[in-house]
Amino acid sequence: MIALHDVHRHYGQGESEVRALDGIDLDVPAGDFLCLMGPSGSGKSTALNILGCLDVPTSGSYRFRGVEVATLDNRERALLRRHYLGFVFQGFNLLPRTSALENVALPLVYQGVPARERARRAAQALEEVGIADRAHHEPNELSGGQQQRVAIARALVTAPDVLLADEPTGNLDTPRSHDILGLLTRLNRERGLTILMVTHEAEMAAYARRVVRFRDGRVESLVENGHGGDA
Amino acid sequence: MILNALGIALSQLRRNVARSALTSLGILIGVAAVIVMVGLGRSATASIEGDLKSMGSDLLFLAPGGQQQHGPPTGSSQAFSLADVEAVERQVAHVRAVAPLTSASVTAVAGDRSWDTTAQGSTAAILDVQGWTLAEGRSFTSGEERAGSAVCLLGDTVKRELFGSGSALDTHVRARTLTCTVIGVLGPKGENTMGMDQDDFVLLPLSTVQRRLLGTDDVSMILVQVDGEAHMDAVSRDLDALMRQRRHVASDDAIDFHVMDTREFSSFISSIMQVLTLFLAAVAGVSLLVGGIGIMNIMLVSVTERTREIGIRLAIGALEQDVLTQFLVESMVLSAFGGILGVLLGLAGSWGGARLLGVPFVFDPLVVAGAVVFSALVGVAFGFWPARRAARMKPIDALRYE
Repeated sequence: MIALHDVHRHYGQGESEVRALDGIDLDVPAGDFLCLMGPSGSGKSTALNILGCLDVPTSGSYRFRGVEVATLDNRERALLRRHYLGFVFQGFNLLPRTSALENVALPLVYQGVPARERARRAAQALEEVGIADRAHHEPNELSGGQQQRVAIARALVTAPDVLLADEPTGNLDTPRSHDILGLLTRLNRERGLTILMVTHEAEMAAYARRVVRFRDGRVESLVENGHGGDA
Repeated sequence: MILNALGIALSQLRRNVARSALTSLGILIGVAAVIVMVGLGRSATASIEGDLKSMGSDLLFLAPGGQQQHGPPTGSSQAFSLADVEAVERQVAHVRAVAPLTSASVTAVAGDRSWDTTAQGSTAAILDVQGWTLAEGRSFTSGEERAGSAVCLLGDTVKRELFGSGSALDTHVRARTLTCTVIGVLGPKGENTMGMDQDDFVLLPLSTVQRRLLGTDDVSMILVQVDGEAHMDAVSRDLDALMRQRRHVASDDAIDFHVMDTREFSSFISSIMQVLTLFLAAVAGVSLLVGGIGIMNIMLVSVTERTREIGIRLAIGALEQDVLTQFLVESMVLSAFGGILGVLLGLAGSWGGARLLGVPFVFDPLVVAGAVVFSALVGVAFGFWPARRAARMKPIDALRYE
């Protein structure tokens, strides 16, 4: 489903040029749960941004569902995000002073789904992440773990092909982190949702089917977890 | 999508009620100021035009002195005579009535009271021509007019000043060396728009004023009432031709009289009022501009404040266009809200102002619609730059913004 070939991402020019990605090759089949690891500055977040169509490679090829993303313009990439991708961030990034239900329904607004249908599907998504009882709470009335569940529901509500998670447990304590990873694992197994997750916690990486390690903008290693996703 | 954007905009504005209200206030004041200024300008114009109409839209004034394109009538010219008045009556078609006018400043005395006023000499025809009514008594007879009898009609102000609420009929009023009998009192007309008291005069037969007050045969003005507005131009031309002939005018440069049409006068006044109104509206428009800049300011703050939100929206599939629409709609809602309230306040203000000034309140839906549309345009114009700044953000930068 996803194929990166010799992807470079350079910032700046000349002397001060930074090669955040320096020739990456990566294939992700549908239904994979891939964890991106590496020290800070290794290029894992840049890679996730490119995979999430939030950024474009300086050179190289990124094919998503057979489409060359590098040649798409802003609008086309936004449409790709709208229909096929879901995002979960370290900082949750929910809209403040907006109820959980409205937050989850937001992506459907941009898909042009009617209000009634939006509410129904948002409630369903909240149900799926086990937080239906908090639908009418605003983010500041929710704990970190609950907020991240709302964020996951928002990413799921459009039934995307791929879920991209950037340090989803970075702001959570260990029990909460395990809860979230458990949820992601279940979504991966039961729904066949492809998950790409950046983390620096080996404990969390253990949930993934495969782990790719970055160093200095290159892929250092790609390891299959022995459990085959059955943590 | 627009409905969605409207929903998003409203919920955003609700989150910051105080700020939204203050921003709208700028537009509100601007729109209200424009409407009040234009409204009062219109009211004053209508009031002046009403006065001119009450002077009679079928009246022509024949006065001595050439009329230049701009400026006052030229030089001292020979006055008219009674013969001119009779010539007009006989020789010009479509004339309903002709009234001569000549006047002198006098102090009117009755008993122990006196009042500085104007003695106007004319014929009974002036009552019809200028639309006077008789409150009591009678008008001049043609015999009295011919004989130059010592009889007079009092304007309402003069009557009040000299006699208070008592009766003036058949009493005597002295002006200079002339003592005349009061045969009638005119109904009041009140002040005109310029604040002049129209009732402050004593009306005497023309020949009485000529012989016994001024000692001349001069007629200083001839009022011509035309039988129907359709004939105004024809009568005006005929008067011109007749007077050229009677006064032996050889060339256009030597014209020593002029024919004045109340319509010309009113269109002149109207054009002055229009310029004045436009000027006032422009001054008020400056406050609308300031209001617009207020909106731009708030929208820029709002865009910066909500950078992260913009990033989230872009990440989950909003197009640049969606973000642009969202912020544009927000600023339009702010300004249209202010605009609508401004219209209400402006209408109330011009209504109150019109009452205070004693001029008629003029409601012009076009001005109202214009103000609302303009205020929404202000929203678009001043909201566009902030909105485009929001829409052009790169999602990863926006998401990282602290």
